[in-house]
Amino acid sequence: MKTKKLVQFAGFLLLRVCLYLVLAVLLILLYDIGSKGGGSISWEFLSKPPRRGMTEGGIFPAIFGTFLVTIVTAVLAIPLGMFTAIYLNEYARQGRLTRLIRLSIRNLSGVPSIVYGLFGVILFVNIFKFGTSILSAGLTLGLMTLPWTITASEEALKTIPNSYREGSLALGATKWQSIRTNVLPYAMPGMLTGTVLGLARAAGETAPIMFTGAAFFLPMLPKSLSDQFMALPYHLYIMATQHHDIAKVRPLAYGTALVLIALVLGLNMTAVVLRFRLRRKRRM
Amino acid sequence: MDPRPKIEARNLDFFYGEKQALKNLNIACPDKQVTAIIGPSGCGKSTFIRTLNRMNDVVTGTRVRGEILLDGKNIHAGDIDVVDLRRRVGMVFQKPNPFPKSIYDNVAYGLRVNGLRNRDRLDETVEKSLRAAALWDEVKDRLRENAFALSGGQQQRLCIARALAVEPEVMLFDEPCSAIDPIATAKIEDLIQRMKQDYTIVIVTHNMQQAARVSDFTAFLMLGELIEFGETKTIFTAPSEKLTEDYVTGRFG
Repeated sequence: MKTKKLVQFAGFLLLRVCLYLVLAVLLILLYDIGSKGGGSISWEFLSKPPRRGMTEGGIFPAIFGTFLVTIVTAVLAIPLGMFTAIYLNEYARQGRLTRLIRLSIRNLSGVPSIVYGLFGVILFVNIFKFGTSILSAGLTLGLMTLPWTITASEEALKTIPNSYREGSLALGATKWQSIRTNVLPYAMPGMLTGTVLGLARAAGETAPIMFTGAAFFLPMLPKSLSDQFMALPYHLYIMATQHHDIAKVRPLAYGTALVLIALVLGLNMTAVVLRFRLRRKRRM
Repeated sequence: MDPRPKIEARNLDFFYGEKQALKNLNIACPDKQVTAIIGPSGCGKSTFIRTLNRMNDVVTGTRVRGEILLDGKNIHAGDIDVVDLRRRVGMVFQKPNPFPKSIYDNVAYGLRVNGLRNRDRLDETVEKSLRAAALWDEVKDRLRENAFALSGGQQQRLCIARALAVEPEVMLFDEPCSAIDPIATAKIEDLIQRMKQDYTIVIVTHNMQQAARVSDFTAFLMLGELIEFGETKTIFTAPSEKLTEDYVTGRFG
């Protein structure tokens, strides 16, 4: 009797310790970046371009660039990912082929981001002649995000009970009507959450945009999707490793990191809020 | 003696992959009568009833051989639209499956997917269907509430109302009372009795008393084969097969 309880106590303790460890790592990281970068944050830092070889001024072009490129990513990855998931889960005949497709998609999500970057150079920059641009970079990030959006969307669709589909079909609805009115509305919160999380991940990537469109420094904001752009992760990478006076720009680098983290966190919070609100609306 | 059959299986075979689930069934369900399908678990009752509105089409790896005639016309014929068929042959499932929408939207669902938009017509049909399912008085003041707030028995009557709203000709019940309590069951049996004035009803049940109470004709299936089919009275009092007698008297099953 005693040992049973002891084992349970030890088990829970282990689980709790693991959780605290993870939390500790996160908090230390946030504290480190916050304390070293917090000082650089100012209205000027957020709204002005860099000056004097990036040793002064702000990071607005990088924020703007990341924002634009994330939109391109979303435009490609959200609809394509959701539609693929709908097709795979609702329409495709389940068999060896769909299993193979799923396996490939899961494997794609494990491909290193630099590989996507190089692939983007070949496909978008060279073959499609989009040049090094927001478009090329956004599409490359979109490709990288697709496996995540597809998988997350499919998982969300799988949670919808079959009785919703059958019940609807039995009333003389077509398959598409059943899916549109009785499956998608309930799967949407989950689909969106997974998708936005994928976008947040893409927004923080450096490797895929490095060769496809991100620029070291640009005096002007991009005017169209075929222009090059500055991006937060790439800017951070440069300030931390490529700058001629790394020690001097360190506070700015930390400030950039803080902004990037806040942006990603913001996107993730959006996902949470979105899901919460959609769920509540469905429950009425 | 029999009225003309409304829906009828002829030499019906059914396969899940290689496994044969129904073997050469011949069952004719008379018009405006209740036909009960009884038999031990796994005998193919549910499979059979789901062939009548081609609900098995959506299950991968299934195959049908033989004919199912609705008003004498094969429902597998090329010019039969399965969507239209399912509107004409309504179905109530084993577990109440209301949609996570309001009570009103549940009943209006079938009408809306069939293109009805007129508010007055919708209101009218929703009320008529809920009344026909003996649910109106209980829900008339809370039509906008989520259907999940209803009790299990009410949910099942809501599903009946939802099926009735699209004005089917045949109603299929797949063990409609297996997940609800005895009082709710009594209400649904009562409902089925009254519904047969307007509809041809096929009900699958593993409750033999229920079959005896509600049906006019009974088919007894075992291992995918039809053992006996006839008037319910005969099946329960003077069956011609020894197996039927053993089953209805509770000697196995």
